[in-house]
Amino acid sequence: MAYNPSDPMKDRITDIGPRNYEDFLPPVIKRNFGRWLYHDILEPGVLVHVSETGEKVYTVRVGGARLMGVQHIREICDIADKHCDGHVRWTTRNNIEFMVDAEAKLKPLMEDLEKRKFAGGSHKFPRGGTGAGLTNIVHTQGWIHCHTPATDASGVVKAVMDELYDDFQKMRFPAQVRISLACCLNMCGAVHCSDIAILGIHRMPPMIDHENLGNMCEIPLAIAACPTGAIKPTTVDGKKSVEVKNERCMFCGNCYTMCPCMPLADEVGSGIALLVGGKLSNRISPPMFSKVVVPFLPNEPPRWPQTVEAIKKILYTYMEDAKKYERLGNWAQRIGWERFFEKTGLPFTEHLIDDYRFAYTTWRTSTQFKF
Amino acid sequence: MAKRKTPMLDELEKGRWPSFVSDMKQEAAAREKTKVDLQTPREACDDLLSLMELSYEDKVGHWKHGGIVGVFGYGGGVIGRYCDQPEQFPAVRDFHTMRVNQPSSYFYTTEHLRKICDLWERRGSGLTNMHGSTGDMILLGTTTPQLEEIFWELTHDLKQDLGGSGSNLRTPNCCIGKARCEFACYDTQHLCHSFTMEYQDELHRPAFPYKFKFKFDGCPNGCVASIARADMSVIGTWRDDIRIDQEAVRAYVGGDFKPNAGAHAGRNWGPFDIEKEVIHLCPTHCMAWDGKNLKINNKECIRCMHCINTMPRALRIGEDTGASILFGAKAPILEGAQLSTLVVPFMKIEEPYDELKELIENVWDWWSEGGKNRERLGEMMQREGLGKLMEVCGLKADPRSIKEPRSNPYIFWKEEDVAGGWERDIKEYRKKHQK
Ligand code: HEM
Ligand code: HEM
Ligand code: SF4
Ligand code: SF4
Ligand code: SF4
Ligand code: SF4
Repeated sequence: MAYNPSDPMKDRITDIGPRNYEDFLPPVIKRNFGRWLYHDILEPGVLVHVSETGEKVYTVRVGGARLMGVQHIREICDIADKHCDGHVRWTTRNNIEFMVDAEAKLKPLMEDLEKRKFAGGSHKFPRGGTGAGLTNIVHTQGWIHCHTPATDASGVVKAVMDELYDDFQKMRFPAQVRISLACCLNMCGAVHCSDIAILGIHRMPPMIDHENLGNMCEIPLAIAACPTGAIKPTTVDGKKSVEVKNERCMFCGNCYTMCPCMPLADEVGSGIALLVGGKLSNRISPPMFSKVVVPFLPNEPPRWPQTVEAIKKILYTYMEDAKKYERLGNWAQRIGWERFFEKTGLPFTEHLIDDYRFAYTTWRTSTQFKF
Repeated sequence: MAKRKTPMLDELEKGRWPSFVSDMKQEAAAREKTKVDLQTPREACDDLLSLMELSYEDKVGHWKHGGIVGVFGYGGGVIGRYCDQPEQFPAVRDFHTMRVNQPSSYFYTTEHLRKICDLWERRGSGLTNMHGSTGDMILLGTTTPQLEEIFWELTHDLKQDLGGSGSNLRTPNCCIGKARCEFACYDTQHLCHSFTMEYQDELHRPAFPYKFKFKFDGCPNGCVASIARADMSVIGTWRDDIRIDQEAVRAYVGGDFKPNAGAHAGRNWGPFDIEKEVIHLCPTHCMAWDGKNLKINNKECIRCMHCINTMPRALRIGEDTGASILFGAKAPILEGAQLSTLVVPFMKIEEPYDELKELIENVWDWWSEGGKNRERLGEMMQREGLGKLMEVCGLKADPRSIKEPRSNPYIFWKEEDVAGGWERDIKEYRKKHQK
């Protein structure tokens, strides 16, 4: 039975939902479901989970570029067929996990993964991403596939991960470090709670295509979309359109989301902001937001050197200075933000003082500070 | 072959981290020579590479804004995408995304994955995201006439459905949970799957003011980030005592077991010091170590997970497990980022999950009725107040929902709060108080 375009509704099925995960669990996982006692990281990227039944499952975690072609996925399937009885899983941070049910199967699997490389020379399956190290950077679409980005995603991530490759494999940080990237303020992904967040931002108000706006956009929706009330209706050359009070605009792009006749991406205006100190686990301290510490860096394809440099500076200062178990944000809080800027050498500028709603909650209202 | 040279992208083939450029080129090369009866342009990957190079030159993206496409009867699951240089790059003129609802926590058989690969090689660009941040498997790049064909094959042959996009329930997502984690306080995978099935209509037919996300974390470690990015975050917890194996605690102290499951092995941190690394770091100082035994004053424990993460072979979550329910997380657009707020401190999470369903349906009713266009639940909570949400859910005020009580005394008393109501008589008043 195949789809019949002349009778599209015939035998149509809808709302069947995802495949049931139970159909896909490896047998050792199924047998020990809910009975795991503890786990150990045997070496970076290699975990063992021990069950109360005495069974063990060994996991090899490898990093992946989230963008994958089906040829690559088929190669993953070949490996899983050869070593893991045809089972494989992905993690929330775009890693791939190969699981085996006996220690003897571990070494051949690791060797197999190790030797596979892309034609350009990069590793296909770098092992790591566990413990007090760096895991894969979760990221969004960027110039590959989205309409509102202020920066690219996959390219920036590749540039950063090439430089931090050893830290993906080494577990030498005081606690785990999560880096995330979102290519615009919509933040498809939890960058607002990451140890280091790479965020695409714009700096120029929307251009207005008066010629087409009246036809292509719902003007009241565009006006309502603006969080700062910067947009007003107007008439230009007899056509209904809008105007933007530039000094009220904080470049969120929300109007463009509602109205394609208000684009704001620009070669000079758009780029990257860096935020630090967010976390979302409840371990020791409650979840926290990331805070802006670099207000703007230009887009510098293909390798974004200034972004990579700033991230390394932050990361390695933290690595040297923080205490065991201390997340990046907890370290910054302990030493104080004045020290954070001093130690990392990042310039503190007026753009880092909040001037949006609730800004007051971030101002210092005491005389307790450090010289 | 790509239409233009791609010197900047080629740079990204170098270095050790897996190169998405090499991957795309590999896919492009395979498309060039495959005998598969391709239904989208053979040059799709080549043109995408060329288009990306153009973006790298221009430092701006080249996709048009939006574009409404979809499959019949669904309001979500397909994201329309058109290139803004269609003459230069006709193979990616239309390049829509399909969001495929992933199985709970991303376990697959290769048999199933290969079928997806076959489908996407033939009918799409051959490129995917494994996975998008919401959770779905993302199939990148197909043309409008293919959408129904893909949907048909997906449902009939692969028995798998699309996920959500638009102003509807987004594809629910969960941590690995009991499948392979000893910290899971409830079965995240089962709950995620059941809720996805239960709310198919909400997932596919937008009826909400804006998007709505459920995410399910098995414990306060929060591996799917539910507290930061779900309108409803279900986070596993327990309310009895942490189970202690004193023998194993001594083994950690004696150096036989590596703390934190070996997470710090990359560096020499010196011998494990239980006082420094556990007792003093406990945020409530509710632990004590007398050299032989570990004591926990469980009544004071806030279940931060630190001691358990640090000594997973000695300490276990309690046995009276369930979940905390929080509402309202979101990214900055529009009103600024919010974390989820604790609304139900503890709920047993057991099939058929009636209590949780009732809660969520109450919240949806409130938000659907009162929410403004594109107002996330968290924003409505700010506008209407947490108290209102609790009232709608039939919950009593609880100090666990706040960090501290209000410091301003601008209390919105209601008329029924005051004995006798608000009606008064100015004439009576004037009898005692001259003008
Ligand atoms: C104005 C509001 C927004 C618009 C127009 C928007 C648009 C989009 C679009 C077009 C995509 C698909 C990208 C693609 O695959 O081509 C997407 C993906 C996504 N969005 Fe948004 N978004 C908005 C707000 C948000 C917010 C506030 C969040 C988070 C709370 C969010 C989370 C996501 C996630 C997790 C994805 C999946 C991204 C991925 O593929 O990894 N979005 N969004
Ligand atoms: C094998 C089962 C797993 C165990 C035992 C586990 C354990 C943990 C622990 C102990 C933490 C808290 C860390 C801390 O704050 O010190 C944590 C947090 C986290 N884990 Fe996992 N995890 C597991 C699987 C995963 C997977 C597969 C991923 C995705 C790659 C993941 C992603 C995360 C994230 C995003 C956090 C939150 C970190 C933050 O605060 O930003 N976890 N996990
Ligand atoms: S973060 Fe912004 S630009 Fe990036 S994928 Fe999401 S909506 Fe698109
Ligand atoms: S970019 Fe944001 S702040 Fe600026 S006009 Fe548009 S909606 Fe308003
Ligand atoms: S959230 Fe908790 S239960 Fe779920 S995988 Fe993470 S540590 Fe395990
Ligand atoms: S879970 Fe946290 S609060 Fe509870 S005893 Fe352990 S360290 Fe202390």
